[in-house]
Amino acid sequence: MLQWLPENVSTFGQSVDSLFYGIYYLTLVVFILVMGTLIVFLIKYRHQEGKRADYIEGSTTLEITWTAATTVIVFGLAMLSYPQWNNIKSPTQFPENPDVVVQVSGKQFNWDMTYPGPDNEFGTDDDLDLENELHVPINAVVHIRLTAEDVIHSFFVPQLRLKQDALPNRFIDVWFEATKAGRYEIPCAELCGFGHSGMLGYLNVHTQDDYDAWVQERWPQ
Amino acid sequence: MHDNEHASHHHEESFISKYIFSLDHKTIGKQFLIYGLIMFFLGGGLALLFRWQLAYPEKPLPIIGASQQYMDEGEVVTGADRMWERIYESEKEEWLEVNMPNGVVEPAFYNMLFTMHATIMVFFVVVPILVGAFGNFLIPLMIGTRDMAFPVLNMLSFWLAVVAAIVMTVGFFVPGGHAAAGWTGYAPLSSDAQWTGVDWGQNLWAISLLIQGFSSLVGSINYITTIINMRAPGMTFFRLPLVVWSLFIVAILLLLAFPVLSSALALLIFDRLAGTTFFTATAEGGGDPLLWQHLFWFFGHPEVYILILPGMGIASELIAVFSRKPIFGYRSMVYAMISIAFLGWIVWGHHMFQSGMRPGLGSVFMTTTMLIAVPSAIKTFNWLGTMFRGAIKFTTPMLHGIAFVSMFVIGGLSGIYMANTPVDIFIHDTYYIVAHIHYVVFGGSLFAIFGGIIFWFPKMYGRYMNDVLSKIHFWLTFVAFNCTFFPMHILGVGGHMRRISNPMQYEFLQGFEGMNIFITMSAFTLGFAQLILVFNFFWSIYRGKVAEQNPWQVTTLEWEAPTPVPHGNFGQIPTVYRGPYEYSVPGEEHDWTPQAQPEHAPATSGD
Ligand code: HEM
Ligand SMILES: [Cu+2]
Ligand SMILES: [Cu+2]
Repeated sequence: MLQWLPENVSTFGQSVDSLFYGIYYLTLVVFILVMGTLIVFLIKYRHQEGKRADYIEGSTTLEITWTAATTVIVFGLAMLSYPQWNNIKSPTQFPENPDVVVQVSGKQFNWDMTYPGPDNEFGTDDDLDLENELHVPINAVVHIRLTAEDVIHSFFVPQLRLKQDALPNRFIDVWFEATKAGRYEIPCAELCGFGHSGMLGYLNVHTQDDYDAWVQERWPQ
Repeated sequence: MHDNEHASHHHEESFISKYIFSLDHKTIGKQFLIYGLIMFFLGGGLALLFRWQLAYPEKPLPIIGASQQYMDEGEVVTGADRMWERIYESEKEEWLEVNMPNGVVEPAFYNMLFTMHATIMVFFVVVPILVGAFGNFLIPLMIGTRDMAFPVLNMLSFWLAVVAAIVMTVGFFVPGGHAAAGWTGYAPLSSDAQWTGVDWGQNLWAISLLIQGFSSLVGSINYITTIINMRAPGMTFFRLPLVVWSLFIVAILLLLAFPVLSSALALLIFDRLAGTTFFTATAEGGGDPLLWQHLFWFFGHPEVYILILPGMGIASELIAVFSRKPIFGYRSMVYAMISIAFLGWIVWGHHMFQSGMRPGLGSVFMTTTMLIAVPSAIKTFNWLGTMFRGAIKFTTPMLHGIAFVSMFVIGGLSGIYMANTPVDIFIHDTYYIVAHIHYVVFGGSLFAIFGGIIFWFPKMYGRYMNDVLSKIHFWLTFVAFNCTFFPMHILGVGGHMRRISNPMQYEFLQGFEGMNIFITMSAFTLGFAQLILVFNFFWSIYRGKVAEQNPWQVTTLEWEAPTPVPHGNFGQIPTVYRGPYEYSVPGEEHDWTPQAQPEHAPATSGD
């Protein structure tokens, strides 16, 4: 089933995928065991003429065993996930000194990208506004200041394993580092009105040279 | 509708007080059941409309859609073309013209369709049937009393639900269309008409849910009081059948959860009509869109357990009865339900991992959510334990019970993926969630409902449902259900967002066209299979084989009452001597020992 996952092109995507695979195999095993037991029981203990069911009211040992076992497994899973989650979503744990900072703002039904320009400050003359096109270099830490103008949208790049809702009047920081050049779609993943379907931007991951050329073209020195 | 012959030992009633404004819990239960079945068709029909659009985006619907020639050249060829021609020529803005010109579902209409599909299914089908129908019909019978504690409140609860359904239906026809912000109604999309163009539709949505909230509140007070105060002599709490336990817990959840939704809805109405900004962040301050999400999910997560707990209860009855065995770990089943009811209050944030809520909170909610998977697992193992060394009879209700368990296993396991915050980053707001919802609510609750209807039908109407039709319905539903919803997991893994009307607009979803068509085909099969159930239901009320008093040889008290059950239920209130699941007791002549059978007396036979 997991071969349907889009290709992963972000540094942290691998950790998401590992958890995904881990849970997949775990749940697959549990599913096969439970269903297997069920089917065996259904066949073996089907009603047969002249045979009565055994009067069994339960087993405290079994109850304790399976309660403890499931608790340990799900807590173990949670333990494994805290660091990955923090690494992706907690601003205090983001890699510092980003190579690129962009503000992305969702509005019905486009993504507005704002680059701060060479002075690295938003709201100055050298800012660059682009509609639905995000340009970043490969293997570089990108910080995004995510916001929205009207309703809630959600910034989703399947190949980066990144999704974050964008809220009006709030700035939420997200980061990523892309590992493969290419052009990726940025669908909106949160219902935002009649144009929600088809609200689509693009993430262009450039090689360093291409990116430098793009910067040069936009802010000639 | 055959109660009349036997009801004579109670006072005679007029038609109105007997069938319309009835105070009898059984009639009210049946009213809720029929209400739920009618709404089930409305909700299902909406789903088929939007499924068509997902499989064949921008293509006209079958039958009512215009022909290609008509759309290309304006040439009228089919009857549908003539209809569209008339609609376009008419002066006024016809409903069909606005929402689906030529039979093509418009994006705004699409949003309204899925919003109303979910709203109707959750609030007007599953809760009314599980809680309204089964709760009303079963509680007094199973605890051994003559009626609910407050019969008038009970009637009020039903008629409030009718008013809510009417208000909700009117919403389809107001200018601007019905609510289109999802069943979760996220603000500010829902709180300001300028973002959707939906005007009174959203208001009526909120008002209708407020009324439905009152209905549930009144009903739940009644259930709680009845169960606490009116149990038959000897019916201790730990002798209650699990379905009564589940309804008791659900009534408490409803009582506590619905007021939260009601206050959120009231604030929403203020935002929309009085210009307040509870859910809008303005530059000057104002409120916060996340407040809506917190309030909604603080209600919403208990609500999803309201949707499943009675299903668990019904499945427990079916599995014990048809395995001819006591429930494995009865007490642990009760404790599992109680812990679900407690934990259910502290997991709501798992719907908000990607919402912008502080990431640290995400970790907290992941932990509590993982915890709530434990009682769910306990229940599953206990169902298996109940079948272990049983004598399993594959009656149609039992098939539904088994389907319930297997589908719930899939739904529970898929919950683990989403409870895992990093994985949820990817699958949140994709079809993976849609698959999960349907495995728990359709695969779980609805299979329990179907099984429960067939199981208790003989007590409700004094007749059996036709078994051949029931079996056909079961297998068609089981296969079509899995063909419809299992592939949605795969769509989700592929990143396919939910709530989009045209997946073909995205490069990365091109590969899913075939799968979407397959899902739609299965969904139509699933939808039409339900016609069999409804036909069987109404046909059997009048034509079904007449049933004896205790056809499935069950121990619980509802089967002590004569069939059809008269007004007042029991001739003499039974006394309870034992727990609800005394099946295959060694040394007993029969393999069921009724709760009301005195110690050391010969078993009363069921016919
Ligand atoms: C093992 C137990 C369960 C776990 C761990 C679990 C976990 C979750 C999580 C984490 C979500 C949010 C996913 C997201 O939006 O990203 C979710 C959604 C949902 N769950 Fe469950 N769940 C469980 C059982 C149930 C049950 C029993 C029901 C109902 C009968 C249910 C109904 C729903 C519904 C309706 C939604 C979607 C709401 C929406 O966004 O429209 N779940 N579940
Ligand atoms: Cu959107
Ligand atoms: Cu939840």
